[in-house]
Amino acid sequence: MPHDITKKLMSPEEAVRRFISDGSQIALGGFTVSRNNMVLAREIIRQKKRNLHVVCHSHGQALDLLIGAGCVRRLEIAYGGMGRFAPTCIRFRKAVCAGQIDIEDYSNYQMSLRFLAGAMGLPFMATKSGLGTDLVKIEGFPIDVRGTGKVPSMKLAIIENPFNGAEDRVVLLPALTPDVALIHAQYVGEDGTVRLKGLTFADLEQARSAEHVIVTCEEVVPRSFIRDDPDQNSLPAFLVDAVVKAPFGAHPTACYQFYDYDPRHLKLYRNMAANDDLFQEYLENWVFNLPDQEAYLEKVGITDLMRIKASPAVGYAQGLDRR
Amino acid sequence: MLKDSTGGKRELRMNQYSPREMMATTAGRMINNGDVVFAGTGISMLAATVAKRIHAPDAVVFFETGGIDPSLEELPLAVADPRVMAGTSMNAGLIEAFSILGHRRLRTVAFLGAAQIDRFGNLNSTVLGDYKKPRTRFPGSGGACDAASLAWGIIIFMQHEKRRFVEKLDYLTSPGWLSGGDSRAKAGFVRGGPIAVVTNLGIMRFDHVSRAMYLSEVYPGVLPQEVVANTGFEIDISGVREADPPTDRELLTLREDVDPQRLILG
Repeated sequence: MPHDITKKLMSPEEAVRRFISDGSQIALGGFTVSRNNMVLAREIIRQKKRNLHVVCHSHGQALDLLIGAGCVRRLEIAYGGMGRFAPTCIRFRKAVCAGQIDIEDYSNYQMSLRFLAGAMGLPFMATKSGLGTDLVKIEGFPIDVRGTGKVPSMKLAIIENPFNGAEDRVVLLPALTPDVALIHAQYVGEDGTVRLKGLTFADLEQARSAEHVIVTCEEVVPRSFIRDDPDQNSLPAFLVDAVVKAPFGAHPTACYQFYDYDPRHLKLYRNMAANDDLFQEYLENWVFNLPDQEAYLEKVGITDLMRIKASPAVGYAQGLDRR
Repeated sequence: MLKDSTGGKRELRMNQYSPREMMATTAGRMINNGDVVFAGTGISMLAATVAKRIHAPDAVVFFETGGIDPSLEELPLAVADPRVMAGTSMNAGLIEAFSILGHRRLRTVAFLGAAQIDRFGNLNSTVLGDYKKPRTRFPGSGGACDAASLAWGIIIFMQHEKRRFVEKLDYLTSPGWLSGGDSRAKAGFVRGGPIAVVTNLGIMRFDHVSRAMYLSEVYPGVLPQEVVANTGFEIDISGVREADPPTDRELLTLREDVDPQRLILG
């Protein structure tokens, strides 16, 4: 068989150890309350990775946990929020205000285009978005990190349209080629093909732009299932370096058609993240004291997992109490 | 009638309504049948849904995350909520969604909120204080700068407070009419700009030449002077009129059909 995931199937522990180092540039897949790669975020924290350079568009829970646990040094981002549960991500806000991380702001479209540029092997991509704003006028990264490692020499550039001349400006955005992209998918076939259900956000651009791709998934499914309806598939096997089977791997964020976000856990997190000591307690209780995803799910408990179980008819938990 | 200054206390009688209900129905009336609406969550979800159920059934709601025309049987609480993916005409991704947002053939109307707004409708959703050492940090642009840059028009929701309606933004996240006049076109934009600002006191619009904000309508029971007192820059109130209150049908739709759990109405 040409493609077989046997050699790529591994534990979260092995995937993080093999593909993520201190200082790695990592792209986080998912979007605010959906498909955050929580199982890998928790493992990165357990392995005490440091000085990570995170690149993402709108992100939520995994980002907040990684920042709070002290894993992140540098961040290029459009939005740090968890919807109604944390309009601004709590540890993110604290870290930015305290000057603990270097941050560079872009917009969602800008970040998506930067991944697309990286995926296409281009040095930059152009857009009209952001002209005249502080997104294009103010740089966040200190000058001495510019041009080092994976940090481009400038945040962005503005040029005149070379085709139609004067007074038609465009913004050029530097490409991103992260060391590793972390994607959480619903399905991976036994041939390694990845299938995302629902919205893909910028996951596909992120995966194609990265040097390495780790895909965690709800289910590993037979080749026949994945090949029977190829229109549904998202990424070919040869782009994926590691496959991790991790049911509920996005909890407490949502995974369309499998489970909803978990309002109870997100409220618990919000309360604990607001206080430095309680946040440490959260990390102890929900990350360090739990060796793996099975222990994590046991701690969440069957009742809460059943409460957020998605209805196959609509893809979320109908009537879930979200107050 | 507008007794509730907290922005969403429960009011059940039909002759009474909260500022949030007024804001949602007011903004909903600005949506035309056939518009392509770029919605956020919060009040904009209510506005879009109430418009669709009453006067604009052919308006299409889509989200920056890539969800196009979801059934919205339950209210999404974030633009990546799985409820944005259910019953859609298609599920795509960010690049597709932003291509639609800026599509020259489409009259795309985007709803935005922010922490600060200035007289030309520029918005700040990034920081208060100095960017490098902020006093507080907000989530950031997300797709707001993109919507303000690329959409046919934007409608802005704000709480009407002096600290939010400011002379100078701490950070310009999303472009409005920039420095007024033709500065938006000069910056390189081919269309767009703010249409209206819907607050808990009334509706502001923008002069067609100077692009400065003026008071267009106040809600019943609100005095134009209250708007002046809560605005941190000079605002023309000379042409103000009283806004029409929500109709019974609008309120009933909002309360019983759109948000029965009062997740957004409060």
